[in-house]
Amino acid sequence: MEETLKIIVLVKHVPDAQFDRHLTGEANTVDRSESILSELDEYALEAALQLTEARGGEAAGNKVIALSMGPAGAVNAVKKSLQIGATEGVHLSDEALAGSDAAATSLALSAAIRHLGADVPADLILTGMASTDGETSLVPAQLAERLGLPQVTFAASLELDAGKLTARRDGDTHADTIEATLPAVVSVTDQINDPRYPNFKGIMAAKKKTITTLSLADIGVDAAQVGQSGSWTAVETAEARPPRTAGTIITDEGDAGIQLVEFLAAQKLL
Amino acid sequence: MAKVLVFIDNPGAALKKSSLELLTIARSLGETVAAVNGELHDDAASTLAAYGAQALYRPSATDLDDYLVGPKAAFLAAAAAAAGAGVVLAENSAEGKEIAARLGIRLGAGVITDVVAVDPDGTAHKSVLAGSYTSAAKAVTPVSVLTVKPNSITPEPAVTGTAPESITVQVPDVTAAAARVTARTDKPASGRPDLSEARIVVAGGRGVDGNFGPLEELADALGAAIGASRAATDAGWIGHDAQIGQTGKTVAPQLYISAGISGAIQQKAGMQTAKVIVAVNKDAESPVFEIADFGIVGDLFQVLPQATAEIKKRRG
Repeated sequence: MEETLKIIVLVKHVPDAQFDRHLTGEANTVDRSESILSELDEYALEAALQLTEARGGEAAGNKVIALSMGPAGAVNAVKKSLQIGATEGVHLSDEALAGSDAAATSLALSAAIRHLGADVPADLILTGMASTDGETSLVPAQLAERLGLPQVTFAASLELDAGKLTARRDGDTHADTIEATLPAVVSVTDQINDPRYPNFKGIMAAKKKTITTLSLADIGVDAAQVGQSGSWTAVETAEARPPRTAGTIITDEGDAGIQLVEFLAAQKLL
Repeated sequence: MAKVLVFIDNPGAALKKSSLELLTIARSLGETVAAVNGELHDDAASTLAAYGAQALYRPSATDLDDYLVGPKAAFLAAAAAAAGAGVVLAENSAEGKEIAARLGIRLGAGVITDVVAVDPDGTAHKSVLAGSYTSAAKAVTPVSVLTVKPNSITPEPAVTGTAPESITVQVPDVTAAAARVTARTDKPASGRPDLSEARIVVAGGRGVDGNFGPLEELADALGAAIGASRAATDAGWIGHDAQIGQTGKTVAPQLYISAGISGAIQQKAGMQTAKVIVAVNKDAESPVFEIADFGIVGDLFQVLPQATAEIKKRRG
């Protein structure tokens, strides 16, 4: 009989990368008005579901908690996660969180994770390999540092056994096997699994699942510690890069390779 | 003058170009000191002196490479405290950013990644949202941690070299809460430059149809790295470490040659800050032609070998 697992999956609503994305407002933060569940977070959720299903799933007492921080729209990432199979959802939402940088975000998330682990601590905190919008990839590492936990990023495989995890990482020059004690913060790549889609049963079941909304007061964080006032970095200016324009387009009539080399020579790139 | 600590991880026989760039930027900001993990060969030590490092901080522990990130961040935090550094500079690699992230929490320092230039007052310039915006950001904390992208500046040695003193830093033992590397398999070296740092990248997509041969020959004639779109890596034609785009690497080379890639927005995200873009695709409607400086509507299996032959001919 395997022990039961409690896994917290961090999910984020991000601007749909299929459309143009914008920075907005005085603090130059990302406009999230057209947002979806980050594609990369679906791999983390799938990994959590596979690990818990192998141990008897929800019926055996395993938990997969989808946690999202952000304004009202962030709840959509939680709802989608519940439809896919998370057992419960948590939405950390507070006006004071707006404009938080990685340091402030990791502070709030670490407090939320401690709050959610007050009775039974989580065994694993799972994230996607990066957020597709902020791109700084700082939050998982900062979360691990704040929680004093080992961190394994870019896991291409993940197994848990007897309070320990084993993961495989594929680097540019070498592949590594990694071990760490639980609890741990783990980010998974898009190679780890094929995420499932929500089916009709899942969508119906999600309607009965609980979404808990937490405020900063609930998790014991002072408003001044987060948002712009609690951030350790400030964006001073942001400018849209002038769009690239098309240059010379030719159709190959038998000598395009030579014309290509001539172009490179003219650009002093040879 | 503020002290600027540059993190040099495993310098090997000679310092990498990206390390030289960090040292060059450091000198423009203040007094340069370095934190060096791993063996320090004489050649690397003399390069550090030539680049103006005033002091070298070395870890008391020799097993930092056996763990992921955490212990290295602990070493760097101890080195930054010992040096009284106001700025810490590190590589913008995935590992570099994670070390910077944990270091930031340890020092209570703001962290800025993807930096391409730093003003003397510490303002960092970076590209955000996959290069569609450029922004200027600043840490509001006493110490700032910046990870700088490769090819951001031309490395230059200091006007006067130094004779840096070596200082051993006691590394707090955080290994109990760190992930440990238990096995490592080296991958065969391609002999080509590192994709993230390459001056020229030749990338292939669906149109390559499993045959990267013509791209490899062109890449080798140009001294370029090989990249790929997600379609090509997902098809198993090339390793995932070659993937460029939103879920892969971001590259900003002098020249990007795109072959058989339609150029959907996810791919564009990884390469649109390249200085010059050349595209070869059979389909004249491919979005990549909207951003190409030179586009060829044609068969890559004809065009690339012809270009490779022409380059070799010109070079005699």
